Amino acid sequence: MLEGLLQVVIDGCASGAIYAAVALALALVYKSSGIVNFAQGEMGMFCTFITWWLNQQGLGLAAAIAAGLAIAFLVGAMVERLFIRPVASYGEFPAVLTTLGLFLVFNELAPWLWGPENRAFPSLFGNGVLAIGAARVSAESVGILVVMVAVGSLFFLVMHKTKLGLGMRAAAANATSSSLSGVPAPRMFMLGWGFATALATLAGVLIAPRLFLDASLMLGVIVYALAAAALGGFTSLAGAVVGGLVIGIVETLASNYVEFIGSDLKILVPLTVLLVVLIFRPTGLFGKSAERAV
Amino acid sequence: MSLLRLEQLSSGYRNADILRNVSMEIGAHECVAVLGANGAGKTTLLRTISGLLRPSRGVIEYRGSRLPEAPHRIAALGVAHVPEGRGTIAGLTVEENLRVGAYTQRSRTQVEADLAQCYERFPILDEYRHRPATYLSGGEQQMLALSRALMARPTLLLLDEPSFGLAPKIVHLVYEAIRRVIAEGHLAVLLVEQSAELAMSAASRAYVLKHGEVVGAGSREELRGSPGLSDAYLGTTGYHA
Repeated sequence: MLEGLLQVVIDGCASGAIYAAVALALALVYKSSGIVNFAQGEMGMFCTFITWWLNQQGLGLAAAIAAGLAIAFLVGAMVERLFIRPVASYGEFPAVLTTLGLFLVFNELAPWLWGPENRAFPSLFGNGVLAIGAARVSAESVGILVVMVAVGSLFFLVMHKTKLGLGMRAAAANATSSSLSGVPAPRMFMLGWGFATALATLAGVLIAPRLFLDASLMLGVIVYALAAAALGGFTSLAGAVVGGLVIGIVETLASNYVEFIGSDLKILVPLTVLLVVLIFRPTGLFGKSAERAV
Repeated sequence: MSLLRLEQLSSGYRNADILRNVSMEIGAHECVAVLGANGAGKTTLLRTISGLLRPSRGVIEYRGSRLPEAPHRIAALGVAHVPEGRGTIAGLTVEENLRVGAYTQRSRTQVEADLAQCYERFPILDEYRHRPATYLSGGEQQMLALSRALMARPTLLLLDEPSFGLAPKIVHLVYEAIRRVIAEGHLAVLLVEQSAELAMSAASRAYVLKHGEVVGAGSREELRGSPGLSDAYLGTTGYHA
């Protein structure tokens, strides 16, 4: 029983880490541009397709993933520059509508380019099983966790220990003041979209072997990630990560141990968690309310 | 040669100009005040110089050439603007706010030295250096804003009503620091203030704005000798610095 629990918790953390990556991407964009990028999951799906295609062309899986992430960065930066920045000056609502349009564009573009079939996506970690004491956990879950912890730590190091990270956080918090200090705020927003799309693509690449790769790859993930980001308070990067992990673990625990939930109802679990948290803390676990100190 | 020269400058929002045909000159290392009542166009003037607003007509010449358009490019040329309302960057600590000020600086050792100098100038910032900047009081945030601008080692410092909303004692402190910075003689200051008395405690001469136009100019003594100017356009019930 206890060994089974460890397996379930690690699987839950692995799912949670994937939701956390997309939630982090959503929070990163929200913090800087003030909008929820509904197309974030689809942009990740599209770049996962690019990764798959590169792999099909004979590029090794690790190299294909590295190239896919680099391309994802460029795709995210270009989307901000070409589609978001021109409409952002008209306010947040037009920009959010634009992301909904982008959702449809990427969702249709992928099957148009690569066909509507389900594709098998190879796993970086194989389907082996690791024995930890008496417990047995899947190598894939452990692999996902290790990669996500590494990427997450790197991300927070860049944001808090480098000049670039300082510039990005400053531009997100107060674009006017930052640009008066010489921070190129528009470029920082572009980089933010780039990083966010690379994160969403990493999530896509890690989750694709568990599912099949097709245009609906990220539809489930984006729902969980939105819930995770809202749980964390949307403006808190750390909150998005915690929110993702909480939702992943609760989802996996509930579908394994609460009989009537199973796999059909499990999508309701994170939404129930979200609902309960938001009733008691409308700003999320780590969010700051809209009122500002003067 | 003047450091900053404005010629027939008009600027404002949408199609409504707030500034009309403003011409002025600021020399290197001098402190010039821009005086005028609320709504005279003082803030618009500073926002136009630092690139937050685009002029509809006229020329801004800085060190003999035209300024670029983007505010961060203008900042990189040595123009530091302390905006109305202090522009504290929320979510960052006091020290991170100061480091953002030094964003255009390349030398690490120099940034650390400037940081130490900021803390020496305002010890309260040192005390709260790792606290969120929004925890500071209004006066402390004004000190932070001034220090953030100085971290950029500017050639031209634009100050927008540094006394706004502060208790007289704090105003005195802020102005003492401003006067000391001017006395050090490394930069020129364009100081916007409603209280003429306060502004002229730091500036050697001033331009007077009314309804977006320059209606007068002169040295400290000339302004004092012109009661018409000060009575008609200036808030004379200012703070004593």
